Amino acid sequence: MLAIDDKDFGTPPSKSKKLVTLEIDGHPVSVPEGTSVLRAAAIAGVAIPKLCATDSMAAFGSCRLCLIEVEGRNGCPASCTTPVESGIKVRTRSDKLEKLRRGVMELYMSDHPLGAAECKADGKCELHRMGREVGLESVRYNHGARTHLDLAVDDSNPYFSFDPTRCILCSRCVRACDDIQGTFALTIDGRGFNSLMSPGQHQHYIDSECVSCGACVQACPTDALMEKTVLEKGPGDRAVVTTCGYCGVGCSFKAEVRGDEIVRMVPNKDGLPNHGHSCVKGRFAWGYATHPDRVRTPMIRERIQDPWREVSWDEAITFAARELKRVQAKYGRGSVGGITSSRCTNEEAYLVQKLVRAALGNNNVDTCARVCHSPTGYGLKTAFGTPAGTNDFDSVLESDVIVVIGANPTEGHPVFSSILKRRIREGARLIVADPRQIELARMPHVEADYFLQLTPGTNVALFNAMAHTIVTDGLANESFIHERTKRSEYHHWRDFIIQERNSPEAAEKITGVPAEKIRGAARLYAKGPNSAIYYGLGVTEHSQGSTAVLAMANLAMVTGNVGRAGVGVNPLRGQNNVQGSNDVGSFPHELTGYRHVSDSKVRAEFEHEWHVTLDPEPGLRIPNMFDAALDGSFKGIYIEGEDIAQSDPNTNHVAAALQAMEIVIVHDIFLNQTANFAHVFLPGSSFLEKNGTFTNAERRISMVRKVLHPLAGKEDWEVTCMLSNALGFPMNYKHPSEIMDEIARLTPTFTGVNYAKLDRIGSAQWPCNDAAPEGTPVMHIGEFVRGKGRFLPTEYVPTDERTTQRYPLILTTGRILTQYNVGTQTRRTKNVVWHAEDVLEIHPHDAEQRGLREGDWVEVTSREGSIFVRALLTERVQPGVVYTTFHHPDTGANVVTTENSDWATNCPEYKVTAVQVKPTSRRPERIPPARIVHDAIASKP
Amino acid sequence: MDIHRLVKMANEIGTFFEGAEQHHEAVASTAAHLRNFWDPRMRAQLIEYARHGDGELSHLVREAVLALDAPRQA
Repeated sequence: MLAIDDKDFGTPPSKSKKLVTLEIDGHPVSVPEGTSVLRAAAIAGVAIPKLCATDSMAAFGSCRLCLIEVEGRNGCPASCTTPVESGIKVRTRSDKLEKLRRGVMELYMSDHPLGAAECKADGKCELHRMGREVGLESVRYNHGARTHLDLAVDDSNPYFSFDPTRCILCSRCVRACDDIQGTFALTIDGRGFNSLMSPGQHQHYIDSECVSCGACVQACPTDALMEKTVLEKGPGDRAVVTTCGYCGVGCSFKAEVRGDEIVRMVPNKDGLPNHGHSCVKGRFAWGYATHPDRVRTPMIRERIQDPWREVSWDEAITFAARELKRVQAKYGRGSVGGITSSRCTNEEAYLVQKLVRAALGNNNVDTCARVCHSPTGYGLKTAFGTPAGTNDFDSVLESDVIVVIGANPTEGHPVFSSILKRRIREGARLIVADPRQIELARMPHVEADYFLQLTPGTNVALFNAMAHTIVTDGLANESFIHERTKRSEYHHWRDFIIQERNSPEAAEKITGVPAEKIRGAARLYAKGPNSAIYYGLGVTEHSQGSTAVLAMANLAMVTGNVGRAGVGVNPLRGQNNVQGSNDVGSFPHELTGYRHVSDSKVRAEFEHEWHVTLDPEPGLRIPNMFDAALDGSFKGIYIEGEDIAQSDPNTNHVAAALQAMEIVIVHDIFLNQTANFAHVFLPGSSFLEKNGTFTNAERRISMVRKVLHPLAGKEDWEVTCMLSNALGFPMNYKHPSEIMDEIARLTPTFTGVNYAKLDRIGSAQWPCNDAAPEGTPVMHIGEFVRGKGRFLPTEYVPTDERTTQRYPLILTTGRILTQYNVGTQTRRTKNVVWHAEDVLEIHPHDAEQRGLREGDWVEVTSREGSIFVRALLTERVQPGVVYTTFHHPDTGANVVTTENSDWATNCPEYKVTAVQVKPTSRRPERIPPARIVHDAIASKP
Repeated sequence: MDIHRLVKMANEIGTFFEGAEQHHEAVASTAAHLRNFWDPRMRAQLIEYARHGDGELSHLVREAVLALDAPRQA
């Protein structure tokens, strides 16, 4: 069922610029050539009855309800499949048409539970609406005839049910799965009367290839496919447009609300990142927001061994501020700091860094981008001048060659992967480089032309060999290089890259990828003509993460693939607001807009606005904070929305650092693992409970709107203000719009950004400025932000994390479709049906050597520690490489990862850990719930 | 902070900038990186270490570290 306030134009828009004028019911209508009559009528305000047509998919022409008459022509064609023509006169209403439509509807309803009262969508489904519209009052045919009314409901999916008695075989669900999602999980099975919509091969939904994106449910015009929440609570009566709280695609959603309860999240078809599509997380996994584990009352304790004591907001804030001040008085101004989160809004992240810089008086603020995409920031800023992706998501629809490196879009960025797969089906070529055979390497309807299954930790050698091939084959784009880069830098880089040590043959010995495959991929990329790179943490989370980003920038520049649609170097950000939290000054060396704290002019602007003197020296990064805590110079921290005890590498090291601190303040929606080491817990608000903005991976700033009242009574920005006020630095915002206004005043790339504008235009991709007041989808057109693009030599340096006889395997980590990072949210949803525990993927050869069978418990041991998981035997991983996810605290995957990090940014090297795997009888230790004293509140606000 | 870890990190920075066209550029870039991204207490510790000879520092990095301005107190 479509969103409650969506207008459906029946067929997709035409891209033609040529207008055609026709007449519909006596009124002239001008629309682009290629538009269907159905859509033209809808644009003119004439609603032609329809069932199988919807504007998210190409016309199908099966329901025969949208019939029309065209003057001078015989018959009654379907308006969805009839394109407009100049001068034709269309009639949408006549006795003949109405009789035909009633007849068609009567046939549909003859095999369907009758009456709106029986409609599971309270009569709001399209089928019942159309029945009313065509004036169908009774059905003559179903008396004693064969029907499908005795078919069983498929309730196997945790989020939606399929009732085949309600299905009219319009194929909208099948086409949505094929054309929009690209999974091809559904089919119309059988012929004639025996035709039935079937997931997989006569399977239940849960057993089929279905990825639960919800596209079929949204497309269904009847009450056959319905969200269980709607079945339980009834349809919503109002919708609030907001932005998803999961990955960096930043999908726009309509939260449909009935009373004060959310009944479903429907992807917004006007949302530019997702165009009405969604994945299982954003569409369905929002139940955590009201999960019983949510903490609703502030808590404090003197020692981390004590039980938590529930207190009032005032008491908690006073305690936190007093302790921070005590620590600073004892150990110095630089002994405390804060961490912002990519799960929080721009406004919240901005306030936390402002609190650290202005109230605490130092630059010890960092964000979780430190442990994911900080090398992107360093690499792209160095090469191009801006630490952000070059292109918008839709740009991929103009790519001829798509390179996916160190990313797994079908799992991590599913909605973008649907667009990408569509482009591949249209004929674009695909190069995948990954140590593990991800789905995109080979799946139904998509197969990479080159799958480069490299050894973890060797990205730079691969990129260098591709660049070597391009230069030595004479495929360099000399005119682009001449116009857009500095000649001397290019020549220096060229002299480096043509060295034999960068040849594909040399790289083969390092990466394990055959030289000819590297050459082939490089040639394909170079010849494009539009070649785009999409990458993820498989590039950045390495000791050479920044070098790898620079190497990709070199590839793009040497082939001229920057500065237009269809090309570029594009990070796929893991969390919804990684880009945004970086933009608003969360790094310890930069103020908003990526301007260094040592720049006195920039500092002066902030000092004028904030009325304080700012520290000109960079502060500690997250890993540095841990090290400083262990040496006694860092004693207090305010952590908003991050679970560093689970997400950061070498958990034992992190735990020791947290234990060494005297005041740890955790501000989160759940008592996470980090809270085990906290003295103050401030209950947070989920993305459904607050106003603000998120900025996605394509630099798009989108509104987050409050749908529910905050469970703990306060939005997160209000809590940070309270803490700052208690510390003696006043923050008196009345609404987060005022915070965005301040960001915009202080940040040149946010010029003119405000809530009124975002409400008006939907979203804006920074940079926003006088030349582009509504944003910039594609960057570096004509000139790089830094002027000339910068080539830099990118020498391959092997990681220090080496395999040995004792640790012979390389462990690499990643995430899966249904879970999100450390699982704080998704583990508290029905998504656990698909992923109840982390497992270790191991190649059958390595398993056999160790006497392992599928499902056996194994101990994975690195130089840092051990974890216990079950083995999954698969050829997705190559011999010598094992893989696991990090979604479950009981597994604690980061117990084994090391403190090796990117040379430039200290981003941890999560992707390469030398391990041994052995069978074991041990199991992971279950983490006991926190002890809370519930009756200790002195006074509630 | 663990000086061996700081030295390792500094040497990795130096290794990247070794690719510069001129030695003085490599030294300047390494020093600039340390100045721009490292907290003063980390730089101070490294400077103190460098004053006592190469130790585990590469020649290039030691040169860069000694070129750093005196750090502010944190």
